[in-house]
Amino acid sequence: MKRLILYSVPLIFFFLLGVFLWQGLDKNPQELPSALVGKPLPEFELDGLLQDGTIDRNQLLGQPFLLNVWATWCPSCAEEHEYLNQLASQGVKIVGMNYKDELEKARLWLSTYGDPYQVNFVDDKGEYAIDLGVYGAPETFFIDSEGIIRYRHVGVVNDLSWRQGLKSQYDQLK
Amino acid sequence: MIPEIGHLALWFALAFAILASWIPLWGAYKQDLLSLSFAKPFALAQFFFVAVAFICLTWAFERNDFTVAYVANHSNTLLPSRYKFSAVWGGHEGSILLWCLILTGWSAAVAVNSRHLPIDLIARVLSVLGMINVGFLLFILLTSNPFDRLLPNFPLEGRDLNPLLQDFGLIVHPPILYMGYVGFSVAFAFAVAGLLSGNLDATWARWLRPWTLAAWSFLTLGIALGSWWAYYELGWGGWWFWDPVENASFMPWLAGTALLHSLSATEKRGVFKAWTLLLAVSAFSLSLLGTFLVRSGVLTSVHAFANDPERGLFILIFLMIVIGGSLTLFALRAHKISSSAQYEAVSRESGILFNNVLLVALTLVVLVGTLFPLVADVMEWGKFSIGAPYFNTIFVPVGLVLLTIIGVGPVLRWKKDKPYRLLQTLRVPAAVSVLIGLSIPFVLNKTHPLALVSSVIAAWVIVTTLIEMKRQITHGRHWVAGFAKLPLSLQGMAWAHMGVAVTVLGITFTSLYSEERTVRVVPGDELTLAGYHIQYHLTQSVAGPNFWAEQAHLTVRRQDETVSQLYPERRFYYSQQNPMTEAAIDAGLMRDIYVALGEPLATEGDDLPRAVRVQYKPMVRWIWLGGLMMAIGGGLCIADKRYRAKRYVQRPKVTGASLSS
Repeated sequence: MKRLILYSVPLIFFFLLGVFLWQGLDKNPQELPSALVGKPLPEFELDGLLQDGTIDRNQLLGQPFLLNVWATWCPSCAEEHEYLNQLASQGVKIVGMNYKDELEKARLWLSTYGDPYQVNFVDDKGEYAIDLGVYGAPETFFIDSEGIIRYRHVGVVNDLSWRQGLKSQYDQLK
Repeated sequence: MIPEIGHLALWFALAFAILASWIPLWGAYKQDLLSLSFAKPFALAQFFFVAVAFICLTWAFERNDFTVAYVANHSNTLLPSRYKFSAVWGGHEGSILLWCLILTGWSAAVAVNSRHLPIDLIARVLSVLGMINVGFLLFILLTSNPFDRLLPNFPLEGRDLNPLLQDFGLIVHPPILYMGYVGFSVAFAFAVAGLLSGNLDATWARWLRPWTLAAWSFLTLGIALGSWWAYYELGWGGWWFWDPVENASFMPWLAGTALLHSLSATEKRGVFKAWTLLLAVSAFSLSLLGTFLVRSGVLTSVHAFANDPERGLFILIFLMIVIGGSLTLFALRAHKISSSAQYEAVSRESGILFNNVLLVALTLVVLVGTLFPLVADVMEWGKFSIGAPYFNTIFVPVGLVLLTIIGVGPVLRWKKDKPYRLLQTLRVPAAVSVLIGLSIPFVLNKTHPLALVSSVIAAWVIVTTLIEMKRQITHGRHWVAGFAKLPLSLQGMAWAHMGVAVTVLGITFTSLYSEERTVRVVPGDELTLAGYHIQYHLTQSVAGPNFWAEQAHLTVRRQDETVSQLYPERRFYYSQQNPMTEAAIDAGLMRDIYVALGEPLATEGDDLPRAVRVQYKPMVRWIWLGGLMMAIGGGLCIADKRYRAKRYVQRPKVTGASLSS
């Protein structure tokens, strides 16, 4: 009897898996409505990437900005980086959140590819990412001057996605 | 007309699959020779009709028959002929048809090469394969028919194949990968047949080994090809992304590798029988799970096919029946199987057990990492993504331990070994490999601690393997005679094990020492990367058959000697909006120079500044070279006389005798 139970373990494991797969069919992983849209950016106080000391929420406010979640391990981040540089040169304020990354690599990355960020803070454990509901890198949050999250973009910011909607989202922040 | 013939052929194939899934099985139960004798013709008929359907679809592509919806969505009159051929499996419907073709192909191969097997066993195996085929044919006919017509208003021009897929890699990668995925269905069918009949002796394991080896070798090659394709085609220079679809092919590979090893213990010593059965069921179940993940849209992936919940539901029900059914059978039957053979703590059996525990643990790590976002979503914990950091943290240490025991395993003796003998045998190889392993990084001037550790362990695998081979060869003979006598399966194992070491070296050095720079250049600019001077000359327009491209010209020099001329492109396919990056690579055994062309950084004027990304990838080729060595090793093992000699010895036993027992 004991052996029978032991040999049923794979079946039970698979059954549980099946329940999740069943439930998962109704979910769309691409649709990521942020529960936070319309709500204030959650409070935080985290270490800066390039400067000493911490950065908190209040330091960022006063002007609309993009909060860009990035990491050096993320190939799509490399893809959007050049475009972020361009946006920054056009005067778009971009704040970076370095997500679950190695700090040395991250600093090296910015010195090599250019730094589009006004300021960069570090979420190496991914804790603030949970507050924000970050699904993965890259993600970009559109935040108005009051600190309210107005829009969330999952995936690469490039010329195409900027023209097809992100620009108008950005313009509405003002 | 031709598409209708193809459609009809699929219904015929379904009819034969339904017959095949119960008549021979009933025959095995009733010991009825007539019903049993239908097993092989049914298998061949399924293969014939699916092949007819496949040829009809290919014909529709070659003839630009845009009345067929699938053709109109995946082809175009300008598409070069070789890509029209590969476009057959460039979308969901066609790739499932390819899946089916390969499944029936394996069944036919089993039917043809099984004269030495007891007829009732082979009848059960072919029945199980028939049942799986019923599921897939129903899936095609009910939800994914590639022969659906767009009538009466059909388009005059097709939409074209996704440009990412217009590439040599896509012609060869999916068929080979599917050969591996689907090949595990044979091991699965043998396991289920074994559970049904209750007869699981050493010969059962010996029959299964060549089939498992074949599937595993194809899967290895398929994964290596996929990684190589992603490397040069996606334009990022990455070769593995822990993407759900990659994981879906990696899990059956890990389970299949465990299966290969545990099968050898079951064959030689009669141990781990139930465990081997479970692995055989799991390897194919993970293949099916992968198919579900890719095609149901429950996970996001760069490779995912169009999402369709109806298809997802179908595959899920199918999974429940196939995997749930076989695991229920396992639970009910396997606990009665006893493995009588004993073995000591230090023995080949223990080595294989340890190998299996690690491989299965890694499989579970990948499974958890792949499915966690889904589970979290269902449990409403939020949306998660699990990235490379999770996988790398676990794979690096466990992989290195696994690699270390590869060096010990082949030296271990079956049943019982003396720790002292082991120590004595491995003393010299250990010293030699530390010496070689430490010197490689210093010669290359790449001395990261992890590079040292992994070089030593890789050298350890290669040195112990070579010494063991030398011992087997000389064994009191002259080495020429000895080499001729060396069983191919041993040679194969040596190739495969050294292949793993070569892959690990490639992964280590590429990961630690790749350099990359993205820079803004105007004609004449020069940049330096890892000792190479790369000069950008100009960008001009060139035309292709179904695209035009911006093509840049760069020269790579090293110490005033020209190494190569590179021509990276940004292609604009007439049928698509987004440009495609076509990287230019100067490939070499010790390093690749990889150049991808970015967008122009200004809109007007001559000599536009541009962004280029230049990467230096040391030893990246070793990753795929190792994969190739593993696949060659698998092939050598299959060719071993052991598996063929049995055919002649056992053939006389086939008739009636095995039935009446």
